Amino acid sequence: MSAICIENVSKSYGGKVKAVRDVTFSVEEGEVFGLVGPDGAGKSTLFNILTTLLLPDSGNIKMLGMDVIDDYKAVRQIIGYLPGTFSLYPDLSVQENLDFFAVMYKSSIAENMSIIEPIWKQISPFKDRKAGKLSGGMKQKLALCCALIHCPKVLFLDEPTTGVDPVSRKEFWDILKSIRKHGITVVVSTPYMDEATRCDRIAMIQEGKIIGINTPATFIENFKGKLYTFKSEDIFSLLNAMESCPLDCNYYPYGEHCHIAFYDDIATALPQFEKFLSDNNLQHDEIRAIAPSVEDCFIEIVQRDFSH
Amino acid sequence: MYSIEANQLTKQFGEFTAVDHICFQVREGEIFGFLGANGAGKTTAIKMMSGLLLPTSGTATIAGYDILTQSKLIKKSIGYMSQKFSLYGDLTVFENMQLFGTIYGIPRRELKDRIMASLRELDMDKQANTLVDSIPLGWKQKLAFATAILHRPKIVFLDEPTSGVDPIVRREFWKLIYQAASKGVTILVTTHYMDEAEYCNRISIMAEGQIKLIGTPEELKQQMGVDTINDVFVKFVKR
Repeated sequence: MSAICIENVSKSYGGKVKAVRDVTFSVEEGEVFGLVGPDGAGKSTLFNILTTLLLPDSGNIKMLGMDVIDDYKAVRQIIGYLPGTFSLYPDLSVQENLDFFAVMYKSSIAENMSIIEPIWKQISPFKDRKAGKLSGGMKQKLALCCALIHCPKVLFLDEPTTGVDPVSRKEFWDILKSIRKHGITVVVSTPYMDEATRCDRIAMIQEGKIIGINTPATFIENFKGKLYTFKSEDIFSLLNAMESCPLDCNYYPYGEHCHIAFYDDIATALPQFEKFLSDNNLQHDEIRAIAPSVEDCFIEIVQRDFSH
Repeated sequence: MYSIEANQLTKQFGEFTAVDHICFQVREGEIFGFLGANGAGKTTAIKMMSGLLLPTSGTATIAGYDILTQSKLIKKSIGYMSQKFSLYGDLTVFENMQLFGTIYGIPRRELKDRIMASLRELDMDKQANTLVDSIPLGWKQKLAFATAILHRPKIVFLDEPTSGVDPIVRREFWKLIYQAASKGVTILVTTHYMDEAEYCNRISIMAEGQIKLIGTPEELKQQMGVDTINDVFVKFVKR
């Protein structure tokens, strides 16, 4: 059975801003499902609708068989929600915050310690500290404990790693991996494309629309261009020169490398491109074929308008 | 001449040392990546370098001016853009630039032309009379950058300018950074996207208030024996 079934959900604000446009997808039970897209794409609006905090203009949502609008009280008992902004009580201590959420959900810390233990171990040394005085990473870990303390069936995490450094981000994803062992369905949003590969399936969202939905591996398999990479000392000159490149291709810097996806017959495109580089005196090292990343896929879908 | 020269720059908040005797130089026109984990002291250091916060000890010269005694001159010579969107949503694109341009004392007769030239470069001249609230985030960030360099500062401080921005617009934003740098503007930028660290001429990595590593991306990768800046960062923080 699907944990969440979303059908034709739309939401606009003041009739003007269409935050979510006719979104349909489902999330399977026990799955880690990623909602990947930039700020303003509609991720938080969708999260607020799924967590019963906002009514959609139209569409249906079932959460483990229950209607998110009609059965909202029952739905609230089975979900955990980590919002995009810090929403715990800054004047309560770490321990007090956790106690508060446990009591509100008529649960107890002892009852669900097995779920939160790996996280709680990391923050319990600070249990008497006020939540407002914790570092960013610690706040997120406490918020996650509070969202899990009633052992929810579905956990929603709205951009838990935004603005977090790469090491803390990796730690957070390791924690998510441990949570799924308890059979909890996880829906997580992120603007970081590299994190998408840690999800079972991802939906790419842009301007309120789902532009692609698949496993990370299938996205990569479905990449339509022929992707090549090379290094150049002068990325800026290359960027400028590429504006006059006659080939049907997508070119963009990618870390220390340059990526180029060709959409013409590769046997002729590649030598033509090499000639273009040398005609423009653009030095480069060997141009090698590579497998695309999820970020390459996102760029291709948006720039070539391959969304469905 | 160096655009930025920090000399034993230190800031303490009570017992806590947020920035601990940092020393580094940034050349004119250089793109300098100022990296570090959350809470490493980057924002405090940037606040001191932009004349918003006085150091506990040590000093820095920014565009040749001393942060201890010449903070007013520094504020005129720098641009600043933060991760939090800093334009006014209920003013139009043009009005926002007009407001900041006037605050920075750009002569009235020049201002309109300069704004329109800048908007044309961004391909946003048609949006001049659109309310900022109604344009997409990526455009806002590009607009905020153009606004931060409208008064032609020598140095721009960018504090996580691309946080949450989609991969295509992030690259467009970096093109603007390259463009500004090629005109001699010095850029100091913080980011949590490690691929962006590779776009910098040089980077530093801060931890516990100190600059622990500094060099070109290539040098740091060699020094740590890894292939990407992400690995440099992870290896460094983990040890």
